[in-house]
Amino acid sequence: MTATVGRHAQAAARANDVWKVYGTGEAQVAALRGVSAEFERGRFTAIMGPSGSGKSTLMHCLAGLDSVSRGTVQIGDTTVTGLGDSGLTKLRRDKVGFIFQQFNLLPTLTAQENILLPMSIAGRKPDPAWYDTVIDTVGLRDRLGHRPSQLSGGQQQRVACARALVARPEVIFADEPTGNLDSRSGAEVLNFLRNSVREHGQTIVMVTHDPTAAAYADRVVFLADGQIVSELIEPTADTVLDTMKKLDTPVEVAG
Amino acid sequence: MLRATLKSLLARKVRLLLSGLAVVLGVMFVSGAFVLTDTLGRSFDAVFADAYEGIDVNVAGKPKVALGEMQGEQVAATVPAATVQRVREVAGVAEATGVVNTDGAQLIGGNGKVVTSFGPPQLGANWRGESDLVKLREGREPRADDEIVVNAALAQAGKVKVGDRVGVLTPLTPKQTFTLVGIFGYSGDRDSIGGVNEIAFTTPVAQRLLLGERDVFTNVTVRAAPGVGDATLRDDVARTLGDGFEVKTGAQLSADASASLKEGLSFFNKILLGFAAVALLVGTFLILNTFSIIVAQRTRELALMRAIGASGRQIIGSVVLEAVAIGLIASVLGLGAGIGIGALLAYVFGNLAGGLTLAGIGVPASAVIGSFAVGLLITVVAALLPALRAARIPPIAAMQDVANPDRPLTRVTVTGGVITGIGAVLLFLGLSGNAGDNALPVILGGVLFAFIGVALLTPLISRPVVSLLGAVFAWSVPGKLGRLNSGRNPRRTAITAAALMVGIALVTGVTVILDSAKGSIGALAQDTIKAELVISGASTGPRPASFDPAVLTKVAALPGVQMADGEYGDMGMVDGKVTWLAASSDVTALQRIFGAKTTAGDISRLGPDQMLFSSDSARSRNISVGSTVTVQASRGEPRTYTVSGIYESSELTSPVQLPPQAVKDFAIPKPNQGFIQLAPGTRVADVQPQVEALLADSPEVSVADRDAFIEQQTGSLDSLLTMIQILLALAIVIAVLGIVNTLALSVLERTRELGLLRAIGLRRAQTMRMITVEAVVISVFGALLGIVVGVGLGAAVVRALKDDGITDLILPWGQMGLFLLLAAVIGVVAAVLPAVRAARINVLGAIAHD
Ligand SMILES: Nc1ncnc2c1ncn2[C@@H]1O[C@H](COP(=O)(O)OP(=O)(O)O)[C@@H](O)[C@H]1O
Ligand SMILES: [Mg+2]
Repeated sequence: MTATVGRHAQAAARANDVWKVYGTGEAQVAALRGVSAEFERGRFTAIMGPSGSGKSTLMHCLAGLDSVSRGTVQIGDTTVTGLGDSGLTKLRRDKVGFIFQQFNLLPTLTAQENILLPMSIAGRKPDPAWYDTVIDTVGLRDRLGHRPSQLSGGQQQRVACARALVARPEVIFADEPTGNLDSRSGAEVLNFLRNSVREHGQTIVMVTHDPTAAAYADRVVFLADGQIVSELIEPTADTVLDTMKKLDTPVEVAG
Repeated sequence: MLRATLKSLLARKVRLLLSGLAVVLGVMFVSGAFVLTDTLGRSFDAVFADAYEGIDVNVAGKPKVALGEMQGEQVAATVPAATVQRVREVAGVAEATGVVNTDGAQLIGGNGKVVTSFGPPQLGANWRGESDLVKLREGREPRADDEIVVNAALAQAGKVKVGDRVGVLTPLTPKQTFTLVGIFGYSGDRDSIGGVNEIAFTTPVAQRLLLGERDVFTNVTVRAAPGVGDATLRDDVARTLGDGFEVKTGAQLSADASASLKEGLSFFNKILLGFAAVALLVGTFLILNTFSIIVAQRTRELALMRAIGASGRQIIGSVVLEAVAIGLIASVLGLGAGIGIGALLAYVFGNLAGGLTLAGIGVPASAVIGSFAVGLLITVVAALLPALRAARIPPIAAMQDVANPDRPLTRVTVTGGVITGIGAVLLFLGLSGNAGDNALPVILGGVLFAFIGVALLTPLISRPVVSLLGAVFAWSVPGKLGRLNSGRNPRRTAITAAALMVGIALVTGVTVILDSAKGSIGALAQDTIKAELVISGASTGPRPASFDPAVLTKVAALPGVQMADGEYGDMGMVDGKVTWLAASSDVTALQRIFGAKTTAGDISRLGPDQMLFSSDSARSRNISVGSTVTVQASRGEPRTYTVSGIYESSELTSPVQLPPQAVKDFAIPKPNQGFIQLAPGTRVADVQPQVEALLADSPEVSVADRDAFIEQQTGSLDSLLTMIQILLALAIVIAVLGIVNTLALSVLERTRELGLLRAIGLRRAQTMRMITVEAVVISVFGALLGIVVGVGLGAAVVRALKDDGITDLILPWGQMGLFLLLAAVIGVVAAVLPAVRAARINVLGAIAHD
C-alpha cells in the first residue's frame, strides 16, 4: 500500500488501518481487520469479495454511515472519523452520493422528485445544464413523472444513479447496485456508471460480488475475511474470476 | 423536503384521519362549549335588556345575608312604602313604582299538579297595570284579594283559562285559591320573556303572600324625567336614601341579572371543557401511537432521507409538519362540528327553558382560538416523541432489513415510575387538604400524571398480562398467533390499551366514589333515622320543596302516630359567618329521630331565646354552653340567643339548631321535610294513606316509607352517575378508534407475513380470528388496567372523604365485570375492519410486495 502514498492529494476517499468489530465478548466479530485503501479521483473502483468478507462494512465505514473501531477514514480533505451528526449530515449533502441494492427511492415521490430530493433537502438548486445531461444519459426523460412502482427495477436503479449524480458529489458509493437486476438492466446501469466516470470525471466506489459487474471498473480491490488481499487494475471478467477462485479457499476456513 | 412530507402525508391520509378524529372530537367539545355559552349568554343579555327596558333606576334593599354564588339564593330586604314616597320626591324622578316581585310563586295547573320550570324563575308579582311591555290579552286586571292574572305562557303550561278557580303556592304560604281573571302577554306578542312564568296579584295580597309584611315592596322602579341621565339620577336617589339600599341603573340591573345566569353557564362550560380534556388526553395517546407506528414503518424511508443528506432536524420538521397538517384539519373539522353541537345544545337549552328566544348563533373568537390552539398543540405534542425517535434513525437503517429492534424498556419504566409517583404525591396533597385552595387543580394534575405514568409503565406490565390473557385463546392456531401478535410490540399494545384505560378508569373511579357515597349515606340513614314515614319532595327550581306546616299538627293527631316533626332550614349568619340554620317543629326530634347524643348542656328542650350547636361547629367557633351568639336569618332583624346545649356532630345533624319560633324569618318558613314516628305495633300501610290525603294541598311533596325515602335521597346520585357515564363513554369510543387504528396499521405492516400465512394454508376465517383475538386481548387488557387504576383513584377519594361521611368503600363488582365484557365486545367490533382487510390480502401480491 505504500505505493499509493504519493497520490494523496488525488484521493477521493481513504481508509487508514480501519478496524471494525461488531459485538462484545464471545459474540465478537471483526468485520474489518486493518484495512488501508485509497480510492482515486475520477476512477471507478470495485470492492469484491465473497459474501461476509466485509465489503458492505467497508463501504459503510468509508461513507460515514457507520463508525470505525480503530483507524481513520477520509473523504476528500475531510476526516470522517470523529465527525458528529451535523458534520456527517453536511458530508452526505456535499461530498457523498449513495446507490443501494434496493429501496433507493421514496415510493410517494415521482422519479424527478426523487432525483432532486438531495438538492431540495440541502436547499440547493441543481445546475440545469448538468441536470439535463444526467437525465439524458440515464435516458429517463419520458419517465420523469412516474412513481417508482410504475418503473422497472432497472429504471428504478437508473433513477437512483441520476439522483446520486445530480449533486456532483466527491464520491458515489454503490452497494451491489445491480444485485437485484437481470443481466441486461444490470449492464445498462453499469454502463451508465462507467460513462459518468469516463465522461464526467465522477468518482465511484462500488461493492459487488459479481465478477462481470466488477469488470466494468478501472480497478478491483479484493477483500477476504476483513482484509484486503489482492488488487487488479483494468480488470476483465476472467481475471476477476481467477482472482476470486484463488481467494475462495482461505475464506472457507475463516467462515 | 416540504413536498416529500406532504406527499407522504397524502399517501397515509386515511390512517391519519382516523387518529385525527380523536382530536376532532376533543376540539368539538371545546368549540361547542364556547359557542353554547356565547349564544346563550347573548340571549340572556337580550332577555334582560328587554325585561328591564322600562326601568331607568332601581332601588332594592340590601340582603340581610350576603351569599356567595354557590351558597344559594339571596333574599333582599324589603323596601317600606314610605321609601317609595321618598324616591318619588327626588328631583328628576318622573315616576316611582313600588314593585313586589319574587321567585317561587307556583301555579297548580288544571290537572292538580304544580306547573314546574327548569331554570327560569316562577315570578309572583303585584299587578302594576299595563305598560309598554305588559299587555292584557284576555279578561281584566285583578281587583279583589282572591283575583289573579297570569302570563300567557303559564296559562298554556297549566292549561287554565279566565274564570277558573286555581291554586297558588308561594314560599311563605300554603296553597291558596284564586279566581283567574285575566291573561297577559308582552310587547311583540310574546307569551313570556325568557321562559319566565308570572302570576300577578293585587298589591296588598302580593305583599302578604310574597313578602309576609304589609306596606313593603321588593324594589322601586324609577323613570327619569326627560333630560335626566340614569347615572346621575341613581346617584341622587342613593344620596337621598342613604345606606341600606342598593340603587342601580336599569342597565346595571340587567347586566347583573345576566351575569348571575352566566355564572351558572360557566359551570356548565367547565364541565364540557372537562370532557374535552378527557377526549383530548385519549386523543394524545392515539396520535402518539399512530405517529410511532408510522415512523417505525417509514424507518427505511427516513433512513434513506438521512443517507442522502437530510439532517435530524429536517426529519423532526417533516414529522412535526405532518402533525401540524393533521392538527389543522382536525381543528377545522372540530370547530365546524362544535359550532353545530353548540347551536343544537343552545336550541335544546332554549326549549327546555320554556322558549328562550335565542340570539343568533355566535362563534366567538375564543371558540376559534381555543379550537386551533388545542387541536394543534395536542397533535404536535403527541407527535413530538415519535419525531425525536425518527431523527435518531441512523442512515444505515436504509440498508438493513429488520428496522426496529426491541428497545429495552428500562428508561420508559423508570420515567413511568417517577411520573406515577408525582401523580400519587399530587393526589395525596390534594385529597388530604394540604393544597388549600388549589385542591381541585392539584387533584386533577395528580390524576393526569397518574394516567400518563401508568401508561408509561404499561409496556412492562403488558408482556406478562397480555400473555396471560391471551392464554385463554391459545387453544387454536389463530388464537395463538393473535396472542403472540398482541405481545409483539409492548409499547404499541400498551399505548393502545392505555387510551382505553383512561375512559374506563374515570368511569370506574366515579362509580366507586358515588356508589360508596350512596352506600354510606343509605347505611347511615338506615341506622339512625328513627321515623317510619318521611314527607319530602324533589325541588323543581332553585328553592327546595316545602309543605304546609298545618299538615304536621293533623298528622300528629292521627291514631298510631307517636311524633310528627317538620324540618326547616335557611342560609343565615351566625356571628357574621354564613351558616346553615336548622330548626325542628319538635325540638325532641334531634334525639328521638336523628339519634343525636348530648355533648354538653341540655339538648332535649329549647326556649325561644336558646339555641344548640353541633360539637364540630362549637369547637371551630370556640362556643360553649352559656355563650351568646347573634343570628341573622334571611329575613327579619338579627336576634341574640344563648347556647343551651351541644350535640355530637353526625352526618344527619346540622351545625346549629334554632327554636321553632325562629322559622318565621327563614326564606321559606315552611318545613322541607317531615318525619313521622309511629307507635309500636302500628302498621305503616295504615297511616301512609291518611298522610297522603292530608298532603293533598301540598303538591310539591309526597310521603314515603323510610326505604323509599333513602332511595329518593340517593337517587340524584344515580342520575349524576348515568350522566357522567354517558359523557365518558365518548372517551371510550375514541379509544375504540385507537384500537381500530393500531390494528389497521399492524395489518398493513404485516402484509407480507399475512400473505405468507395465507400461502401456507391459513384460511380467511382463521386470519380474521387471529386479528380479533389480538384486538380482544388488547382491549381487555386496557379495561383491566382502567379498572385497577379507577378503583385506586376512587378508593383514594373515598378515603379522603371519610370525614365527610363516606365511610364505606363500595366496589361496583357487577359494573366492573360488565366493563370487562364490554371491552371484549369492543375488541371484536374494533377488529372487524382490520380483520376483513387482512383476510382480503392477496397472497401472491403480499409475497411479491416491496
Ligand atoms: N450489524 C452487525 N452486527 C454484527 N455483525 C455484523 C453486522 N454487520 C455485519 N456483520 C458481520 O460482519 C461481517 C461482514 O459483513 P458484511 O460487511 O455485510 O459482508 P459482505 O457485505 O461482504 O457480505 C460478517 O461476518 C457479518 O456477519
Ligand atoms: Mg453486503
